[in-house]
Amino acid sequence: MKKISLSLVLSLISFLGVFAQSDTVTTVMTQAYQVEMATGLRSSGKIWVVVSVLLTLVIGIYIFLFIIDKKVKNLENK
Amino acid sequence: MRKNWWKILAAVFVSASVIGGFMGPVPVLPILNETIRNVYFHVPMWFTMITLYLISVIYSIKYLSSGKPEHDLIAVESVNTGIIFCFLGLLTGMQWANITWGAPWPNDPKLNGSAIATLMYLAYLVLRNALDEEQKRARISAVYNIFAFPILVVLIYILPKMTDSLHPGSGGNSNFSEIDMDNYMRPVFYTAVVGWILTGVWISTLRYRIRLLENKANKID
Repeated sequence: MKKISLSLVLSLISFLGVFAQSDTVTTVMTQAYQVEMATGLRSSGKIWVVVSVLLTLVIGIYIFLFIIDKKVKNLENK
Repeated sequence: MRKNWWKILAAVFVSASVIGGFMGPVPVLPILNETIRNVYFHVPMWFTMITLYLISVIYSIKYLSSGKPEHDLIAVESVNTGIIFCFLGLLTGMQWANITWGAPWPNDPKLNGSAIATLMYLAYLVLRNALDEEQKRARISAVYNIFAFPILVVLIYILPKMTDSLHPGSGGNSNFSEIDMDNYMRPVFYTAVVGWILTGVWISTLRYRIRLLENKANKID
């Protein structure tokens, strides 16, 4: 279980890394909008990095929760 | 493992909502700008809180009819977990309000209502600690809980809708479905809500199971 989840996290991160590097579209797109949004930034502004960081945090917390769950279960079976 | 499928679902849904919440399209609106994405993260905290409080009330009613101490334990631990999500909701809401409404705590009926509701549930926990006798504590706090929940619903959902509130769907404000005309925010939002609710329930079951173990250990001594 632990190994599967760890490899899942790592593969996700590497997958996201590819996305963060590949796109170099300029921020010209943002000027087209009156209301400033991160449309252009999303591809070139490395928002993928933030998403991958958050994803790592979330998955890390869930792995932690699973470990606690397992510990409680072990105590219950004692 | 077969019983744990919903825990995996919780993790997957919350992760999916992080990806969808950041990368998905959102309506282009002034003042809100990109902060509209907070809908995916701030609002589920409140949905989780109310679900946990609802579970608590159900088990309080069950306790009153069955008298099983386990039901009382579920009721307490649901509130304990619910309060954490309540504070997370308050904090994230204050951060968001500070930027979009100009102050962390504008005089908004929904904010004040949720503050009173929070105090009400803190009072529930204080009440529990004030009573020593186990059965009495369980019974009185169950009755209190049954009264507190409808008041919470009125304070958070009904009263703000009747008056002018800064929150969407209140007074003359447009609600979620009007802002998001293409409904592309909905799938991400509901994924986030389900994911966080499952997470909240999971944490409260963990707390409940630990409490059971503690009780068992105390009885042996």
